[in-house]
Amino acid sequence: MIVVRPLNELIGLLPPLAALVFFGNFDTWRVVTSASVVGLIIGYGLLSWLTTKYRITETQVELHKGVVFRQRRSIPRDRIRTVDLTAKLGHRAFGLSAVRVGTGQQERTPGEGTVTLDAVTAAEAERLRQALLRKVAQTEDENDEGVSIARLDKRWYRYAPLTVSGFISIGIVVGFVMNLASELDFRFSEVGAIREIFGWVSHANPLRVVPVAAVFVIVLSVLASLAGYLLQNHDYRLTRQPDGTVRVRRGLLTTRSVSIEEKRLRGAVLHEPLLLRAGKGARVTAVTTGLNKVGGSSLLLPPAPRTEADRVTADVLATNEPPTSATLAQHPARAKVRRIVRAVVPTVALAAILLALAETANWPDWPWITATVLIPVSVALGLDRYRNLGHTLTEDYLVARSGSLDRSTVALRRNGIIGWKITRTLFQRRARVFTLTAITAAGSSGYAVLDVGDDQGLDLADAALPDLIGQFLVRD
Amino acid sequence: MSESEWRLRAPANLVSKRAVLLWTLRAAIFWVVVVGAEAVALLVVDGAPRWLRVTLVAAAVIGVVHTAVMPRWRYRVHRWETTADAVFTRSGWVSQEWRLAPISRIQTVDTARGPLQQLLKLSTITVTTASAQGPVTIENLDADVAARVVEELAATTQATPGDAT
Repeated sequence: MIVVRPLNELIGLLPPLAALVFFGNFDTWRVVTSASVVGLIIGYGLLSWLTTKYRITETQVELHKGVVFRQRRSIPRDRIRTVDLTAKLGHRAFGLSAVRVGTGQQERTPGEGTVTLDAVTAAEAERLRQALLRKVAQTEDENDEGVSIARLDKRWYRYAPLTVSGFISIGIVVGFVMNLASELDFRFSEVGAIREIFGWVSHANPLRVVPVAAVFVIVLSVLASLAGYLLQNHDYRLTRQPDGTVRVRRGLLTTRSVSIEEKRLRGAVLHEPLLLRAGKGARVTAVTTGLNKVGGSSLLLPPAPRTEADRVTADVLATNEPPTSATLAQHPARAKVRRIVRAVVPTVALAAILLALAETANWPDWPWITATVLIPVSVALGLDRYRNLGHTLTEDYLVARSGSLDRSTVALRRNGIIGWKITRTLFQRRARVFTLTAITAAGSSGYAVLDVGDDQGLDLADAALPDLIGQFLVRD
Repeated sequence: MSESEWRLRAPANLVSKRAVLLWTLRAAIFWVVVVGAEAVALLVVDGAPRWLRVTLVAAAVIGVVHTAVMPRWRYRVHRWETTADAVFTRSGWVSQEWRLAPISRIQTVDTARGPLQQLLKLSTITVTTASAQGPVTIENLDADVAARVVEELAATTQATPGDAT
């Protein structure tokens, strides 16, 4: 523990330090700064190790920490809903792991509902996981692997390029490199190869440059997304443990193990971003209390075939049929107009502004032409958004679907709903639709059924949770 | 689509009549600050851009209309009701929001009074549930009514079993 925290922070600092050594002009000032930064990080790590103590009693998990501000946290053990073991590279080099214990408490300030023990030995972490989640004395074999629900299939890698994560990470890397280069006074134009590429891009025929650049970016982002999939989901396993939890384990360099108490599982969300949907793939996350949203700790299934997603959803929720693939009731046609208008208006406004700028401020023509071409695309997007709107009730679940570029289908346990919120804008009022939000203690704490018809929505709320809204309904 | 035409009725109780005054004061203070800042800039800064005049006039007009219309409109919308097993509220003006929380899921009942509210003897009740999106607020009740409602809610909540999650 004494070295891990500084080590993890140092690993993050490695690229700039390496760059400093290799490219930097060694002025003393820079070297002194970096050396003192490293020294400070190690010193702080040492101090925080000396000041952190934890204790697990019969009823409480207690954590005392803080160098300047002393902090004492304690959470009752019967409130523990999830245990998340995360081992970054720095941890793994020393056989350690960070343990994050989540309660059902909603976090008004980040970290309010969780206690993190960073870091304990991997064996201690495993012991803690079992001890903390075991409510009653059970005879569990120490090395019980649990019942397998799903494990990584090599063929799932073909879904990795269908996410935009690769593209985003390229952007981040490029931004980082640019920033670093300007920080170190490194001029790209001094490298012959880069200068030649830039010269070609700025002088060659755009009809050739654009396809070549596009292919280059696509190849890079495919590679980056494959690498990301490998890093995050290597050796992914989803199991059901005898102590009444489902457990997700995954990761190549940073390994994670998330245990979710099944009793507290309130449902699941099926994510199908446009590309992934086109490739018949999906991702599944859990709706549960006690997991904060950072770091995707609620992931149940990484991008995988839709059939696998359905099977895993049904298995985890212990239903015969996956609620997320139930047939959904359509929303009224008035909602279609709203979806299209909302998709088209921003594009039209953008095209108009760009046209005005081209007319008055000498802007080139291609921006407004591009924006105009996008108008039919936005109509298609609006239509698809409407087609995806839907809801239904199954025996135990409220199911709602919406979105086009990032379509998601939520199945929320009906007995996990702890209230309703109905919002209606002026436009929704004229279209006789409203947005019904099911309030819950789990997940993102509210799940919306978008633009549901007036009667349809009230019927839904009444049927999903009898004896609540019914007393306020009157017949016209 | 169902055969029957159901309609969600409005909650039974209005908020305090003095809430109109409070909303008017709040809106007025806000717009006086905005318009005042622009007017000062226009008077003090040499060669202030011409569009500042336009925005000043626009802000003044919008401010007057908003201050005149919003409070009365709100007063017609804001309503609340507590029954034996639920809290039911309606709020907003152009966009409206209904909220329903079962008494069995209530965790805490708080009241809060800002400086203007203290002056006008008004209270805001916040009913929290286990959800971060859950708090149901009843704004600007008469302070005495609020105290009574809090007491009633506390009594019924204690009588209802369960851990409210």
